[in-house]
Order: sequence, then structure tokens, then C-alpha cells
Amino acid sequence: MIQREAEKIFETRELNVNMGPQHPATHGVLRLVLDIDGETIVKVTPYVGYLHRGIEKLGESLSYFQALPLTDRMDYVSAMSNNIGYCVAVEKLFGIEAPERAKFIRTMVGEMSRIANHLLWLATHALDIGAMTVFLYCFREREWILELYEMICGARLTVTYPRIGGVRNDISQEFLDSLYKFTEEFPSRVLEYETLIDQNRIWLRRTKGIGVISAEEAVNWGMTGPTLRGSGVPYDIRKHMPYDAYDKVEFDVPIGTEGDTYDRYRCRMLEMRQSNKIIRQCIEKLPLGPVMADAPKFTLPPKDYILKDMEHLIHQFMLITKGPIVPEGEIYVATEVPKGELGFYFVSDGSGKPYRMRVRAPSFIHAGCLPRLCVGHLVADVIAAIGTIDIVLGECDR
Amino acid sequence: MLIDTSTVGLVEVEEGTKILPPNVIITTLDKFINWGRLSSIWPTTFGLACCAIEMMAAGAAHYDFDRFGIIFRGSPRQADCMIVAGTVTKKMAPVVRRVYDQIPEPRYVVAMGSCACTGGIFRTYSTVQGCDTFLPVDVYVPGCPPRPETLLEGMMLLQEKIRKEQARWSPWR
Amino acid sequence: MAVTEVRISIHPDGLSPKDIAEKIKEQFPDQVVDITEFRDQVAVIVKRDNIVEICRYLHDDPHLSLDHLQDITAVDYLNKKDVRFEVVYNLYSIRYHHKIRIRAQVPENDPEIDSVVPIWVGANWHERECFDMFGIVFSGHPDLRRILLPEDWEGHPLRKDYPLEGPEPDKDWPGFTEVLKRSKELREFEWEG
Repeated sequence: MIQREAEKIFETRELNVNMGPQHPATHGVLRLVLDIDGETIVKVTPYVGYLHRGIEKLGESLSYFQALPLTDRMDYVSAMSNNIGYCVAVEKLFGIEAPERAKFIRTMVGEMSRIANHLLWLATHALDIGAMTVFLYCFREREWILELYEMICGARLTVTYPRIGGVRNDISQEFLDSLYKFTEEFPSRVLEYETLIDQNRIWLRRTKGIGVISAEEAVNWGMTGPTLRGSGVPYDIRKHMPYDAYDKVEFDVPIGTEGDTYDRYRCRMLEMRQSNKIIRQCIEKLPLGPVMADAPKFTLPPKDYILKDMEHLIHQFMLITKGPIVPEGEIYVATEVPKGELGFYFVSDGSGKPYRMRVRAPSFIHAGCLPRLCVGHLVADVIAAIGTIDIVLGECDR
Repeated sequence: MLIDTSTVGLVEVEEGTKILPPNVIITTLDKFINWGRLSSIWPTTFGLACCAIEMMAAGAAHYDFDRFGIIFRGSPRQADCMIVAGTVTKKMAPVVRRVYDQIPEPRYVVAMGSCACTGGIFRTYSTVQGCDTFLPVDVYVPGCPPRPETLLEGMMLLQEKIRKEQARWSPWR
Repeated sequence: MAVTEVRISIHPDGLSPKDIAEKIKEQFPDQVVDITEFRDQVAVIVKRDNIVEICRYLHDDPHLSLDHLQDITAVDYLNKKDVRFEVVYNLYSIRYHHKIRIRAQVPENDPEIDSVVPIWVGANWHERECFDMFGIVFSGHPDLRRILLPEDWEGHPLRKDYPLEGPEPDKDWPGFTEVLKRSKELREFEWEG
């Protein structure tokens, strides 16, 4: 009876809270408007577009070679994977194929970027939930990977190393030795992170049972990548539609059962170990040979040939000024980037510039799933949900 | 109690600063306050795009920001500098300006990266061609993205700029 | 442990893209305009009237089971084809590992098509982006408004007749011109040094 008296006196209303585009969780410029009833979420409305730079329209006015650096800046945490996705799609459109050595090198750097992405994901996810030590530990490993990137191609973040037809330049033995040392030491580092948070009571309370989604619903919402595999769906493009050297290396794919944040976290941690295994196999199986395809109508010839031979000079001139002569048609190719499925849809009209360049970004779809994941939870669980879907606004907004 | 400085041994350490050994320093108020301000610049976290990752790397253990006294604060009200790291789009411009207006004086702006300086490679319908169209910028740090060491040099240039300021602390400017 | 590592092995038991296209043609003979093929990928060009039935058939049929909507996008064929816009659906089946592409023609004078949100909930944001960039209206969509650009932006950027560098500075988005004006007014209060 006292409670009924209390309910008559207190009048409650829903509150609208804005988590603005500038907030300390370093996921970029995402704006959420939360409708909350006390501390429980009733509705979440994400607003994206604060980093929309018009990459698709810009790609229509640049040739295929010039549009490659634009893809670096989309998912800027794992730049190599975006480049690989673009190159695989354009190579299929042109009808050329990269040589074996280039395929193995691309697989290697693709998996390195998967590790780098998952390290940054873990760093920011743990920092948001409150485990600040993991941030510094993960950045220590990430600096190692960025130093290895610098050894191959000179750039740390926005590399443009995979090129159409192969890779930019060959790798040195020094790099392979450093990378081998990295693969030997990395599993013990992953064990360090797991020791810090895996069985930690606070981590379990904040991630178990949060953002649960079943397998059919997850596929219906369009999720891909580790976000989908945490719910139990065995969809990995590296196994379904293999590209590069993924059909020549052996690896497992972690699949979850519950579909909550904790399972997605475990999927990504196990993926890091699997990537380590793939890199080691690539180093051992690396064949000799050229690193750029020999297709003069579509790829730029090597620099020393241009300076000596007239025919190569003419090819280089025509490719740079007019772009390659591409047959008319359309193509959709998807690759498995660390965040999910990155798809490129090209429509070519016979000229050297794409008529339509469409980028299917996994972060865009996952940001749209936030309303489904957060309903019924508390405000603090929104932060865990943003961390678990692993979005990067550069890719979401393009 | 007044000291007659002509009889005691004053040592001029640098121009304008004298030491009365062992532990008395005589200097101008400008130098003293500027030294306090430049040794503890607290930026507000404003990472927009790719440059934010390099800013985070500059703040992490390898290229430490903390040894310069630079600590990232979450709220603009507690900061005195803003590092605009990344592309500014037209949709985001009012938000950037609002955050800048909320920082109490004296405040500084560092434009990090080519996109914040001049728009970068994105010359499109939705990108602002440089954040200096609507913000007064103190230091430009070019690069795509600039290395953490470049950002550190940018902050050191900002420190030099603060060192040379005159009477910014006074109400009679 | 809840998460297990699985060695996925792929059994190629799906239909070839050409077979799926033929199945669509025999099920909806009056809707299919054309079937094209390029580099082993098949696209079926359909009219826009019964797009929801076609998609529901592709999603529910037990032998096709195209449950993963990879992408919805649009292409503007200004002056290249009779029908200006085409809305492109890329579909994939996780169980059978086969895929198909559906292209629905949308004319310029009446840019409207039915929304497939009742079948795939994830199509929500894809369709909002198509509306934002091209101006194609999806009837039946629960919440059709601009997503990447500010809500009161004028024009649809990915159309071929929209300039890359955007509108003239005086016809720009009012939110931005306001920021410029205000910053000019506040400049007199800035510290000169």
C-alpha cells in the first residue's frame, strides 16, 4: 500500500539524453540519442554522417589507380585489408591475377592488419569498460606491427602497399626475420591480455548477457564478421569464397554459441591466435617469383623498364593519363576484413574511371544494429555494445 | 625587507632571468606564467578520423605525451587546447565551433593532418576545405597522417609560441 | 568454453548463378527484362512492380534460401539507358554458398519502389542511404530520412548531374554558412598576440 501511495506522488517521465558526436570514447564521431526510463533504455537512435567525405563520388572522377589511396582512409585502423579488398575486386573486374608470391605477401599483411585491428578494438573496448592497463599493453604490440609496416613500405597507418596486380615492392629477408620473431612472441602477449580480463569478475558482469542476438536475427539484420560468428553462424568469406592464398593455408574459424558480448570478445581473441598461425604458415610457404602481374594493359610496368624501353614508356603514359581500357560490365566482390564483410561493387562503362564505385562497409550495417542490441539494457551497457560491434566511423560514413 | 641587488652576486641565467644563489629566482611575470602554461597544455580529445589513431599512438607508451605535461581531458571546459585531428565535414562544423567556444581562454588550436589544414585529398561537396575557415588556428601540422613525432614537434612549436606571449594573463590587454 | 574453433569445410552443393536466374525467370516470366553475365556473375534485370514478391520467393524458397542481403545500392545511368535509375540487390546464401544479383529499373519521372524491410530488417539503413544519395523513395519504409548528409540538405549528390565540389558558396547548406558568419563576428574578440 505504501508503494501505491508512492506511485501516486512520484511522476516519472522518459528522458532524452544526447551522447554527442564528441565524446571521450574514441570511436569517432557517432551521435546517439537515448530515450531512457530511469536507467533502462527504451529506444536508441544513432545519427551517423559526421564524417561523410564523399568517397564514392570522388571515386567516379578518379581512375582506378588514383582511387586506391582513398580506400586506406576508410577503415583507418586496418588499412592493408581495405587495399586488399579493393585490389581483389578490381583485379577480378580487369580479369588479371596477381602472382603467387604477391598473393602470399598480401595474405601475410592482411592477417597482420587483422591483428592490429583486433588489438586496437581490445584497447578501446577495455578502456571504455574500465580496464585501462590493457590499452597500454595493446598499443605496445600495435607499435611493433606498425614498425613492421614501416619496414616494408615506409608508412605506418595509411599504407598503399597492395596494388592492382600485386604489391608495390618486394620484401626483404630482414622483414621476414622480424615477423617470424613477432609470431613467436605474440601468443604469450595474448595470454597476458587474457590473464588480465578473461576471468575478471567485473568484465564478466559487464559483458555476459549484454547485446544478445540469435543467429537468424543476426543474419536478417545483415551482420557479418566476428559480430555474426559470435551468434553461431559459420560465415567467413575466407572459407566461403577464398581469395589470395587463403585456400593454401590451414586455419580454424572461432564460432560462438550465446551471441552475447562475451562470445564476440572470445571470437576475436581466438582470431588473433589464428592469424598468428596463418602468418607463420605464409612465411614458411612463401614462393619465389615476381610481385606484380605481367599484364601491360592493366598494371604499371617496373620503373627501370620504363627508363629503357619505348613500349613500356607508352604503356605507362597511357595508363596514367587515360586509365586502363576496361571491358563494360559490373562486378561485386567481398573480402573478409577484420570488421566483417567489405564489398566492392563496380560498374564499368569502358573508360579508365569507374562509372559507379560502391563500398559496402560493415561498420555502416553494424551501426544500424545498435537499436536492436541496446534495448532493455542499462545506459552503461550501451558503451559495451558500441565496443562489441567494432565500428569505425570513417568506414561507416565513407 | 628590500635587497640591494648591486652588492649581491646576481647570476643571469638566460635573458631576463636572474638567480640569486642558491634558491631565489628573479624573473618577469610574463616568463613565469608562460612557463607554467606551456608545461601543462591540456588538450581536449577531438579525434575525428585517421589522425586520431596517430594522436592516440602519440599519447600511448612509445611516444609519450605525458612527459611534456600533456594530459588529454574529456571535457572542453577543463582543457586549454584543441587538437583538430581529422577531416572536418560540413555536418560536423557547427559541433567543432561549439566545442571551441566552450574552452575557456587562453585557448589554442592545433590543426593536425592535411584534412584539418586544407581539406586534404577530399575536395568534395561535404568536406570543409580546412578548419581555419571558421577557427583561428595556431599551429598547422601537415601529413597524412603525421607521425607521432611530427605531432610532438607541433606541440613544441605551440610551446614556443606560448613562451613568446606578452601580457596575456593581464586584464589590461 | 562457449566459443569453439571450427574447421569449416565447404561443400559445393549450391546452384550455379545461371540456374538461379532461370528459376526466377520461370517463376516470374513477365517481370524479368534481361539476364546478363560478366566474369561468372549473373545479374537479373527486373521491373520494379513486384520486387517484394521476387525477394520473398528468393528468401523463403528452401532450395534457394538467399538469406544474406549483402548490399542494396543504386546506379544512375543518365543518358546511357532508357530507364535512369537501377536499384541493385546483391544476395547470398550462407547455407548453399550461391549468389545472385537483382537489378530493378526505376524511372526518373517517378523514382519510387517498394521497400524490402519486411523481409530483411537490415535493409533499413541501405535504403535510407539510397534515398539520401539518389532521391529514390522507398514506399513502406518505416523511417525514410537522410542519413549521411544533414537532414535539410538540398540535392542528391550521387546523381550524375550534381557537381563534385558541391554547390556554390552562397547556395551552400545553411548550417555551415551560419558557422562561417558567426566565426567572422567573433573574430574581433580573439587574442591578437
